[in-house]
Amino acid sequence: MEIVRPQSHRNLFSSNDAVSVPSLPLYRSAPPLEVRLEDFESFAIDRLRVLKGISDGLSRGKKPEEMEKLVKELWKVNMRHQHASEVLNKDIISHFVLRLVYCRTEDLRKWFLSMECALFRYRFRFLTPEAQRAVMDNFDLTCRAVNNVEFESIKEKLGQVARSMGQPSPTVDAIFYKVPFEEVPELVAGRKVFISQGYAYVAMNQVVSLVATLFRSQLSKTLILTNRKWTSSIREQEKHRLTPIVEALSSSYLGPDFSQPREYAEISLKDIDQVAKSSFPLCMRHLFDKLKEDHHLKHGGRMQLGLFLKGVGLNLEDALAFWRAEFSKKVGLEKFEKDYSYNIRHNYGKEGKRTDYTPYSCQKIISSTPGAGDQHGCPYRHFSEENLRAALSRMGVNSRAMEDVMDKVRNRHYQLACTLTFEALHGMTCDAGINHPNQYFSDSQKILQPKKDSSAQNLVTARE
Amino acid sequence: MIPQQESDFDHNYLKPYYGKLFPFADIFKWMTYGHDGKHPGCDQSYFGRREFSFTLKGDFYLRFQSFNNALELENSIKEKCPLKIDIGPVYTVDPAKRHAYAQGDNNVFAPVERELIFDIDMTDYDDVRYCCRGADVCLNCWPLMTIAIKVIDTSLRDDFGFKHILWVYSGRRGVHCWVCDGKARRLTNEQRASIADYYRVYKGNENSHKKVSLMGAALHPFLATSYTNVLKDYFEKILLTSQNLLATEERYEKILSMIPDESIASELRGKWQDSRRSSSAKEDINVVRWEQCKQLLQSGKHKAQGLRRCVEEIVFFFTYPRLDMEVSKHMNHLLKAPFCVHPKTGRVCVPIDPNQCDEFDPTTVPTLFQLLEELNNEGLRADVNGEWNGTSLGNAITLFRSSFLEPLQKACKEEIERSYNLKLQQSKNSVGW
Repeated sequence: MEIVRPQSHRNLFSSNDAVSVPSLPLYRSAPPLEVRLEDFESFAIDRLRVLKGISDGLSRGKKPEEMEKLVKELWKVNMRHQHASEVLNKDIISHFVLRLVYCRTEDLRKWFLSMECALFRYRFRFLTPEAQRAVMDNFDLTCRAVNNVEFESIKEKLGQVARSMGQPSPTVDAIFYKVPFEEVPELVAGRKVFISQGYAYVAMNQVVSLVATLFRSQLSKTLILTNRKWTSSIREQEKHRLTPIVEALSSSYLGPDFSQPREYAEISLKDIDQVAKSSFPLCMRHLFDKLKEDHHLKHGGRMQLGLFLKGVGLNLEDALAFWRAEFSKKVGLEKFEKDYSYNIRHNYGKEGKRTDYTPYSCQKIISSTPGAGDQHGCPYRHFSEENLRAALSRMGVNSRAMEDVMDKVRNRHYQLACTLTFEALHGMTCDAGINHPNQYFSDSQKILQPKKDSSAQNLVTARE
Repeated sequence: MIPQQESDFDHNYLKPYYGKLFPFADIFKWMTYGHDGKHPGCDQSYFGRREFSFTLKGDFYLRFQSFNNALELENSIKEKCPLKIDIGPVYTVDPAKRHAYAQGDNNVFAPVERELIFDIDMTDYDDVRYCCRGADVCLNCWPLMTIAIKVIDTSLRDDFGFKHILWVYSGRRGVHCWVCDGKARRLTNEQRASIADYYRVYKGNENSHKKVSLMGAALHPFLATSYTNVLKDYFEKILLTSQNLLATEERYEKILSMIPDESIASELRGKWQDSRRSSSAKEDINVVRWEQCKQLLQSGKHKAQGLRRCVEEIVFFFTYPRLDMEVSKHMNHLLKAPFCVHPKTGRVCVPIDPNQCDEFDPTTVPTLFQLLEELNNEGLRADVNGEWNGTSLGNAITLFRSSFLEPLQKACKEEIERSYNLKLQQSKNSVGW
């Protein structure tokens, strides 16, 4: 990709991607195009708006149909170009610029990968069957279609799988692709495919999942390579031209919402019982109450609550005292020191590879899978209706609000349910919606203790 | 419930155990996966990049132990006498040198290979067994483990195509599974999680409601096969009776609560509350009641949505394997090595033959005391096969070798040779025109 000065307006057009895949590029190689410097930045910003929009949509728990609409809208609004022939170039160029921006740390890569994959997935769904097949050709998939003989031998099993998902059995002319099961982890996890001797039989309407996984693994590898190239040569070479733009792009649009609270409202041990009642979201309140009751929590619960408390401002010393006070009642002081204190220090980045772990977001908590004996997870999702009602009324939610909350739960809008709970308990609306337990806490504290001066709080900036 | 015996364990007896019985050479052969230096295609660094960890007396925990050869491994274990030996993954570099490679954000010290592992623990079944609780196991509830082995082993082979699978008794209340094919060792965390999820049926805990939910007009072939070949018979022919699942009000209420149609539940309740001993003493009351229950649920009279799979849901709830998901999902999860001695029971973690798992009896697994006594009685014979041959451990080690280690080594060598030849071919091609 050649970057040119604004005056020269030539645009060479010889991208491999453009010729073979008219509508959905795979971004396999930086195309030999010329880009104007101002387009370099503005294209990237437009694409970033799309990615941010997707990120917001996902964290609000939008359903697939809603996401489809959203992506279509976002793409139409942001990625158009006055010259129709330039639309594809803008797509490709913006992707490659953002690659430079988001290749530089693991967190940035993770976010970029997730959003680009989501984008790819939804765009793939909009393609015509021919266009989809063209993409699949690029991934060497079309050759793996199941022939008639094999189809006959497994027809019954394929039918069982379809019916287990409430779909009709496949007809004689249905196309299936035989791929190693490693390539479709989502479908395997959901038991949505027939698997035999290491191969998964993927239906045409499931091909999205397959293509998305292949795209993802390709992009993931490339990002690491891009990072190496950036650090070893590009950053220095471009230090007067592209590098300042790239670095500005990532810090002015903190694209990913790392959900690390920027301000640490320091709370101390003696405050905990009080703030637990007034400002903890239901998930943490439940863990807290169970801990007090059983003097124990399993690993998942310790992580979820422990990191939350760290985010709320409990320092390491107080955290140790807190957990020690509860656990020692059940397992004794010595065992606590031996078995549990290490993990707490680990969470604060004081042991092992010294990562400073981030408190879990709602998305992460909702998608967890609490099993026998576990108390973590999102009560709006993981509790039965009766248990949830009981828990909410213990928190003080009135019966009118209760019905609204349960309605949201039935429609699987767990974060909205939590938001309504917040609003009911605090008597105020929460426009942004809850997407992180620590956000619930700090919003609650802001309402309940408005006099607290922000300068009196310890300010800790979010890690990039 | 069989009362737990006085623990057949004493830390002092580990020394002779490691001295004379623990099969170091076999563990080493396993862990090298053919990279023993005898073929030019061997990776000499492979064994040295494997993590071991030791739990010592006094609960000292040594992680990231690594060894360059069998002798180092053996000497270290004999010297330290660990209460427990865990096996971790193979890393990019020797774990002992990891600090040199952890540079800030780009962590070059990372796992590259690790067996696909499963851990099945009887305590996760506490809500479906009445004979024991917690750490206890007996012959009445052990069939739950047998079921787990049959279901998972069959699926690993038939569905996923894995061949080199080792099942091990955990020493007290469960079983471990090691899938050692190259393909399995190279699975990513995401792929491991997907397999664990494929096997997951039981969802939830005391806070949630319906824990087994089988929707849809048909069962997925894996579930259907498991049900027909294993679960149904074990439930109806063994567990119903041995666990007295329908014999008392408390117990049958538990099953009735799983029926979404209140009219059917009441009808059954009515029948059972009256007929306590009225049915002939010949047929077991649990069997009789289950027949009645099935008849009503499958009669087709009531076409309610939730009823379609109710019978299967009940059977799955009481029998289907419950895996510890976390163990399987992460490459860096440690797991206890086979042939360790369990400190609470003194029993050796012996392999279990999946083809004969019906006959496995956890109460007759050799213990530390027992083995050392056997050794003493036999006298110190220099046996070419190692001293274990004269002891009860003999069968366990023979099983380990013949059904697992030997086929695995053969396959590994073939793989090493194949990829070596391929590399040679490729370099030839690149040199030529």
